[in-house]
Amino acid sequence: MLEGLIGGLFNGISIGAVLLIVALGLAIVFGLMGVINLAHGELMMFGAYTTFVVQNAAKSIGGIAPEIYIFVALPLAFLVSALLGLLLERTVIRYLYGRPLETLLATWGVSLILIQFIRSVSWPMVIGLLIFAALFFIGRWVLTRYTDWDRISHWANPVFLGLSAAIAAVAGFLVQSSGSSKFIRPWFGARNVDVTPPSWLRGGVSVGSSLQFPYARLFIIVLTILCLVAVYWFLNGTAWGLRIRSVTQNRGMSACLGIPTGQVDALTFALGSGLAGIAGFAVTLLGSVGPNLGSNYIVDAFMVVVVGGVGKLVGSIVAALVIGITTYLLGSGTMALLFPPTDFFQPVIAFFNFFATTSMAKVMVFALIIAFLQVRPAGLFPPKGRSVEL
Amino acid sequence: MTTDVAVQPRRAAKASQKRKLTIEIVAVVAIALFLVLVLPLLLSGFRLNLVGRFLALAIVALGIDLIWGFTGLLSLGHGIFFALGGYAFAMYLELNTLGEGQLPDFFGLYGVTELPWFWQPFNSFPFTLLAIFVIPAIVAGLLGYLVFRNRIRGVYFSILTQAALVVFYNFFNGQQKLINGTNGLKTSTSVFMGQEVGSDSMRMVFYITTVVALVAMYALCRWLTSGRFGRMLVAIRDDENRVRFSGYDPTAFKVLVFAVSGAIAGIAGALYTVQSGIISPQFMDIAFSIEMVIWVAVGGRATLVGAMLGAVLVNMARSLLSERFPDVWLFFQGALFLIVVTTLPDGIIGWGRRSFGAAVSKALGLAPTDLPYLDDTPEAEAITETPEFAEK
Repeated sequence: MLEGLIGGLFNGISIGAVLLIVALGLAIVFGLMGVINLAHGELMMFGAYTTFVVQNAAKSIGGIAPEIYIFVALPLAFLVSALLGLLLERTVIRYLYGRPLETLLATWGVSLILIQFIRSVSWPMVIGLLIFAALFFIGRWVLTRYTDWDRISHWANPVFLGLSAAIAAVAGFLVQSSGSSKFIRPWFGARNVDVTPPSWLRGGVSVGSSLQFPYARLFIIVLTILCLVAVYWFLNGTAWGLRIRSVTQNRGMSACLGIPTGQVDALTFALGSGLAGIAGFAVTLLGSVGPNLGSNYIVDAFMVVVVGGVGKLVGSIVAALVIGITTYLLGSGTMALLFPPTDFFQPVIAFFNFFATTSMAKVMVFALIIAFLQVRPAGLFPPKGRSVEL
Repeated sequence: MTTDVAVQPRRAAKASQKRKLTIEIVAVVAIALFLVLVLPLLLSGFRLNLVGRFLALAIVALGIDLIWGFTGLLSLGHGIFFALGGYAFAMYLELNTLGEGQLPDFFGLYGVTELPWFWQPFNSFPFTLLAIFVIPAIVAGLLGYLVFRNRIRGVYFSILTQAALVVFYNFFNGQQKLINGTNGLKTSTSVFMGQEVGSDSMRMVFYITTVVALVAMYALCRWLTSGRFGRMLVAIRDDENRVRFSGYDPTAFKVLVFAVSGAIAGIAGALYTVQSGIISPQFMDIAFSIEMVIWVAVGGRATLVGAMLGAVLVNMARSLLSERFPDVWLFFQGALFLIVVTTLPDGIIGWGRRSFGAAVSKALGLAPTDLPYLDDTPEAEAITETPEFAEK
């Protein structure tokens, strides 16, 4: 009984830790900036695929590399996702601040593009993209230097865009049709790929007769705690953290006091995206990764942020743990075992057994969340003061 | 004299309004007749079936426009209501095909020997007709009440509807014993009114029904949005707090309009199901529900014509593109989201009205219209730009 409960708690906490590490980046982007980033899951996916690439490189190197590749993959996953997030913020999101519903739709569009990119990325496509970027940006740079750009920009921009896109597409197509089959094959394809964890992360600690704590799960819990500490330190102990918090509280006043709000936005978004990359790294330890990885986590992560209350990391922590533990206890049928199997409790047991699958547990958890929001509409730790008004 | 001066423009405005209504009715009837009488002659059965499906999707778009374009509530969960309507009709068809006391085939696979209680009422056709829109309306109303009561709005509402969608998806996906889980219910071989649902003549019947339903739903939405009720919705969208301070209760209006929108989606779902031949939990996919929103955005928010147009155009583009270049479709769709949000926020209709609206009105002899969603005056922009509001 006790062992079952401890095992349940451990599994619940480890589900909660995955949720939390996914939600952490969201909590920063959504909580601090008010941006609904539906592409968060896809940034995660990029982190996961970075891990996959690093793992393949490590395998080809051989020797000790496959044992320690995760220490390279972790910072790389963070960097790749953070850079992608930075690009996203500079090109799309910064035009949409203060319009959360529009951000939501735009980021969904981005997520579709990223999913298809991962599915069909290949050398010809990369070459095409590079040619496009070179033509468009260099060409524009030349034009802005030597012509009266402001006067012609209204027609020159679309013409230029179309022209470079067409040339790039033709070039990509030519490469595609002439290259060898190995060269033009998509890098990842639409199928799931497997990341093998290093051998020291397989297996687990056994306690007592039936309890087992897998190393991978323990590793994720530790990683989550480290991320939390780092984020907390960054927000509360550094100058940039101070700036981020100040912009969160009052954008206009911060700008008046000389804080570069644009840079702060970019940094915050990059940080949140980087954390998504780490989350993507973490989930490769749990199973195979595929282009649809993001959508499996995104809704749950948003639930964590909503229940936790916006703008408070501690809310997200509590919410992730509570949701994780509840989901596990309901989904594994542990709840039904808690009641003595007498006639009196039979309906209760039947009730809990009905919800004792992973998908049905989600149904129940959502009902509980709705019920909870009836009592605390702004989450566990609502922000105080005038900024509460949405 | 003074009365004359005051009455004159009002009379002119009234005449113009009347004229406008006449033109609109004539246009709608003409388009409907074209769809019913002419189009079947021009298109093959397969294409006509596709058009029928797109028109069914245009009905959902109307519902989405009602809550998003006019009321400012972005629902990402309309797949729930769409699928509920579809399931209601499909369940009736399953039972209708069988003789007395028989069970649909799939129950045998899971060892179910007795018809579950909630299937029983679907033996009756009148009940099913009601259920197609009443059940989604009740679900939407309940969800809306629980959310709006607490003044949860904006993106929180969107996220919660999306979560609700995931929950319904999981529920329908997991319950093989009740509704055949992932496989869904097939309707193409069922019998309706003594004929197979997938047969050509029956398809034609459903196609015409869809056109009629679309016209009816358009009329309903037009009626809802044109009067005081419509102005209330726009007021809620533009400044809910001011509505509250003026002594109205936005919650009731929002719940009502969300329920209506759910009901419309239910009708659309039923019509789509019989034309596509199957209903499955896939209809509650997250992506599908967000797509519905983009149809409306492409056509033009807060313009009912735009919603329908957007739904038909985007779906046509989809079927053309994904037939030829399946890989490109997602890129195209993603780009569509980005373009609509960043450079074309008023959609096709808004853009068209802005560019050609005055000329068209003049040609038809009408007073120029003001566009509800497009009147984003500089003050309105300025409000969103002030720091306190920008922070959210």
